[in-house]
Amino acid sequence: MTGRPATSLAAIRRWSARINVADLLMWIVGGAILIFIVAGSIATLRLGIYSFRQWVDFIVFGLAQGGVYALIALGYTMVYGTLRMINFAHGEVFMSGAYTAYFLAFTLAQNGWIERYPVISLAMIFAVSMGTSALVAVLVERIAYRPLRNAPRLVALITAIGASFFLQYAFRGLYGSGFKAYPRMSFLEGSWSLGDFRILHLQVVVIVAAALMMAVLYLFIQKTKTGKAIRAVSEDKAAAALMGISVDRMIVITFVIGGLAAGFAGVLFALMFKQVHFFMGFIPGIKAFTAAVLGGIGNIPGAMIGGAFLGIFESLGPILFLDGFGIKAPYQLKDAIAFAMLVLVLIFRPTGVLGERLVQKKA
Amino acid sequence: MTTVTTLRARFGAATGNPFSGGAWRIPVRYGAVAGVTAVFVSLIGMVEAFSRREVIETAVSMDQVLLLVITGTAGYLAASRFAARGIGKSVIAATLSGVIATLFLLALLVLGDRINLRQVLLNASPSLYLELTFGKGLGTGAGLLALQIIAGAVGSGLIALLPPAPRRALLIGLTVVAGMGILHDLMSLTFQNWGPLSVLDTWLYSSTGLKVRGASALFLIFGGWSLLWAMKGPQIRERSKTLPLARSAARPVALLAALVLLAALPQILGLFLSEVLVLVGLAALMALGLNIVVGMAGLLDLGYVAFFAIGAYTMAILTSSELAFFGFNFWAALPLAILAGVVTGVLLGVPVLRMRGDYLAIVTLGFGEIVRLLVLSDALRPWLGGAQGIGRIPRPEIGSFEFVSSQQVYYLVLGGCVFAAFISWRLKGSRLGRAWLAIREDEDVAAAMGINRVYFKLLAFAAGAAFAAMSGAIAASRLGIIYPHSFSLLISINVLAIVIIGGMGNIPGVVIGAFALVGLPEILREFGDFRWLVYGAALVGMMLLRPAGLWPEAIRKRELTARPAGVPETPSTSPSAGDTS
Repeated sequence: MTGRPATSLAAIRRWSARINVADLLMWIVGGAILIFIVAGSIATLRLGIYSFRQWVDFIVFGLAQGGVYALIALGYTMVYGTLRMINFAHGEVFMSGAYTAYFLAFTLAQNGWIERYPVISLAMIFAVSMGTSALVAVLVERIAYRPLRNAPRLVALITAIGASFFLQYAFRGLYGSGFKAYPRMSFLEGSWSLGDFRILHLQVVVIVAAALMMAVLYLFIQKTKTGKAIRAVSEDKAAAALMGISVDRMIVITFVIGGLAAGFAGVLFALMFKQVHFFMGFIPGIKAFTAAVLGGIGNIPGAMIGGAFLGIFESLGPILFLDGFGIKAPYQLKDAIAFAMLVLVLIFRPTGVLGERLVQKKA
Repeated sequence: MTTVTTLRARFGAATGNPFSGGAWRIPVRYGAVAGVTAVFVSLIGMVEAFSRREVIETAVSMDQVLLLVITGTAGYLAASRFAARGIGKSVIAATLSGVIATLFLLALLVLGDRINLRQVLLNASPSLYLELTFGKGLGTGAGLLALQIIAGAVGSGLIALLPPAPRRALLIGLTVVAGMGILHDLMSLTFQNWGPLSVLDTWLYSSTGLKVRGASALFLIFGGWSLLWAMKGPQIRERSKTLPLARSAARPVALLAALVLLAALPQILGLFLSEVLVLVGLAALMALGLNIVVGMAGLLDLGYVAFFAIGAYTMAILTSSELAFFGFNFWAALPLAILAGVVTGVLLGVPVLRMRGDYLAIVTLGFGEIVRLLVLSDALRPWLGGAQGIGRIPRPEIGSFEFVSSQQVYYLVLGGCVFAAFISWRLKGSRLGRAWLAIREDEDVAAAMGINRVYFKLLAFAAGAAFAAMSGAIAASRLGIIYPHSFSLLISINVLAIVIIGGMGNIPGVVIGAFALVGLPEILREFGDFRWLVYGAALVGMMLLRPAGLWPEAIRKRELTARPAGVPETPSTSPSAGDTS
């Protein structure tokens, strides 16, 4: 369909045997959407409203946002890998860190520490946010998920939804319901110019920090003994237990890692969008879950790729695909495009970009 | 009291044998949990907000009830864990848990006295401290608070030590008093709706809460009734079985009585509660549809609100005089709205046919969001109204009778629900229903048995979508105006919670779930956002205590008894693995 190379004649024969009406219809729908996307992109590029520099801006912004999604997605994907459950409350874990750290940031801004010792202040803010998020993640696991480890998965889904509601309104009660403006940090403002291009400091910092954090976590999971144990638990809990691995502890560590990543992402998100709110976790949480599925849920590099992918599509997609058709206010449809991408990817590659074949069997 | 027994069993299993060495840890732990909870509800503002409400006038305010329930539960559980060791030790255990809980609250008071917590914790306000210390300052006030909480813990501990029948009676009496006190406004409104009953209102309630005589009367009547039933109930039940008429007549008579009651309900309950009933009915209609998709066919759909939206928008486009495209009336538009739901149900069903479990969930979630974002966008504004929605949707009418107030719309919704319940009930036992069940239990085996998965799955999506579209169409014409913001993901989540909390696959269970998850929050509307907090906690608590739902399907109960406990998680998606408790 889209330049997918036919490897051999036998493959084609296998294909034709497998096709049924539903599949055909699906491919037609998918193809139609793809044609729409390509036509829209060509039309937009022909119009030439946006300069090359603007496109680069879109991509860099998308990458920064994608980094945040990827960090949150890491928590979803790791929990999914070990427990095979959607941790719906993960968006709230993300919120809890950013919201709690706001108070520290505010205090530090008031007594001038942020200007005087920017690195130390930022490190403290990150530490508080990550600590809070990890704590909330562990509490949720202990109270809402652990007693239900052997229950049907829909039951765990509902407790996750309940925990999500509870956390939102608990933090609303604790910290208040208004939007809180994160303090400005002058050292993050301004931009570098590279020849013709201009890149904001903040975006670079966000991208680099997200990449570093992901690299650290990835190395932790791949190289350390604990990381190995976590992978063993996600592979087969019973066998891991027989090998002397404490499954409960590994699951807690999984939640801690997810919480740390989410707390880190929370501060980055707050730096980018300059405000926090008790409901701020919901939409990024859903998006990050989408990113995790895009990359192939349960797969850690997949979460990173899915996040970056989603971020770029969101910032680029509306303008690239829709502007050419003269559709009004295309940026309003950025989320619709993100979800449409998700549906498309899952139609053509049901396991996500890097996923294993578990859609039909394990999922 | 089954919940308490389960709780006891659960904590028993978690903490090991209470009679081994570290037994004192149990009350300490209960006390600590209660203390943390009490501090938490204080800090989120519940105590302060509740202090303005009185349960029994001038004597007991709602925040006191809240704190007593929290610490009392700890005392109750601690004492019942020690019940076998004799009264003395149980009382000590209850006291210990009360003391520990008190320490947390005292710590909050001292901390709040020294540091200004309010910079971070919005609700750690002077009025909170004032409320906790009965307005008597830190010294005496804290003493009073400690006394009250410890007395509450010991009292509940003593209740736990009573024999079952009086214990039950006491708890029922207390619960009724607390419930009637909390629902004061609602009860007054309902009583006043009835001419003669308004006497009851003035006898029971003052302007702020229950009168003391009202509270004691309620306590005596309900507690006494429970006690009486405990003594005579088994006999009555036994004897009624031998009555010659009972067997054959009971069912039709009960059904008839239920129908009459349902028909008379809006007149009995008055305007506000009818409004609640309409909302419950609309949710139940959706939940019955989702019950087919999730409960019967086992397809996890998180974008169910899309069909609700499509029904509502079809109704609006066809009938609204604001858009003036067609000018249909309600009855002509309703079948078309349902048809639109069915068509989109099939269309959205096709791409997800091969997906299972969580992938299905996230893709359907994506569909739901796409539908909402599309109707919200400016791009489609000329046809769908954008963020302002579509107004001037005519009310449904039969002849010259117009369904305007919720007392009238109620019948429409009731009709829809009865229709949906009847259809799902007939479907469930049919060939179709059994095919769905087979797919839910194991898709591959079902396919091997010759069940056409594509066909049956699409049928499930279509049937579910039809009910949601119907609900949406009724909702649109009830309000006369629709906004894209009323079709958020939260509705999908809420409806899914109704299906699962109610008892997946079971039709009466789903209706009960709708009452619990839509009706209760509406009734408790006066508590503002705390009800969502409680809603979240209740979802978690429900699933911990009754994972199979309030009224589970018979087949699920059978599986539950047939399955040995502690069977590890099965890799299949089937949501039927049963209850572990």
